[in-house]
Amino acid sequence: MGNRIVNWFRFSSPQAFYAPAGKMIPWFAAAAAILAALGLYIGLFAAPTDFQQGDAYRIIFVHVPASWMSMFAYVVMAAWAGVGLVFNARLSGMMASALAPTGALFAFLSLWTGALWGKPTWGTYWVWDARLTSELVLFFLYVGFLALQAAIDDPRRADKAGAVLALVGVVNIPIIYFSVQWWNTLHQGASVSVTRAPSMAATMFTGMIVMVLAFWMYAIAVSLARVRAIILERERRAAWVRELPEAA
Amino acid sequence: MSWTSAAEFFAMGGYAPYVWGSFGVVALCLIVEALAVRARHLRARAELKRPDAAAPKVTGEAAA
Repeated sequence: MGNRIVNWFRFSSPQAFYAPAGKMIPWFAAAAAILAALGLYIGLFAAPTDFQQGDAYRIIFVHVPASWMSMFAYVVMAAWAGVGLVFNARLSGMMASALAPTGALFAFLSLWTGALWGKPTWGTYWVWDARLTSELVLFFLYVGFLALQAAIDDPRRADKAGAVLALVGVVNIPIIYFSVQWWNTLHQGASVSVTRAPSMAATMFTGMIVMVLAFWMYAIAVSLARVRAIILERERRAAWVRELPEAA
Repeated sequence: MSWTSAAEFFAMGGYAPYVWGSFGVVALCLIVEALAVRARHLRARAELKRPDAAAPKVTGEAAA
């Protein structure tokens, strides 16, 4: 137990985190590429055409991963922001800042693919439905977090301000998740519908989960790469950074 | 396999603009983001090599 606490604080320093993060990136990137190739094969070739929605349903293989990861990345970002507020650890704020652009991108892609799925199935790109609106709010929370951080010159103060915004915004996550139950929405409920043939649901579900894992690995790889850039940007005058091979 | 020809695959049962518009934009965004992050890291590394990089900047960035 004591050992775990020591390790926790050890890797909460940007200096200790920089090199291991760099070593992890290729593994997560490779996992993302392999899972994406497998998921795309299942989604675009192995999975049969849906008898209700035709081939338009195949958008699910990018829509659900983007949507889930946009919410998950927000929770992780807010958790890092919270840790940063409580322990005043430099790395935590950097992790939150590194996750925000990727989360914002996933939220955008969720809305974009949702619109392109909505048009052929509902007849409209957009509707002010609880699920869609709360996802749009999530996108604005990310954009607000990024804008707020960009507006404050001192990164430590920017981290604190951003952390408060991120933590307040967490309330939106259960709203998105439960919106299809709490309100009458045009958006369908569960991702894997019981009205479809079981064999089909199995292939679809597998493809969807593989794509979710691919997006997850991608998000980790790209966030680690971004946090390394942020570490160099913010700590460029620190002695340990000056001694890096990159600085020579 | 649910396709009998490449043309059928690309037609996506008549939903080509929606399906490829989704997959294409997702792929494009993720590739562009990965390249942008790589560029940012290379830029940060290049900054380190500038002779005056160690000197405090006047823009108000917190002294580490």
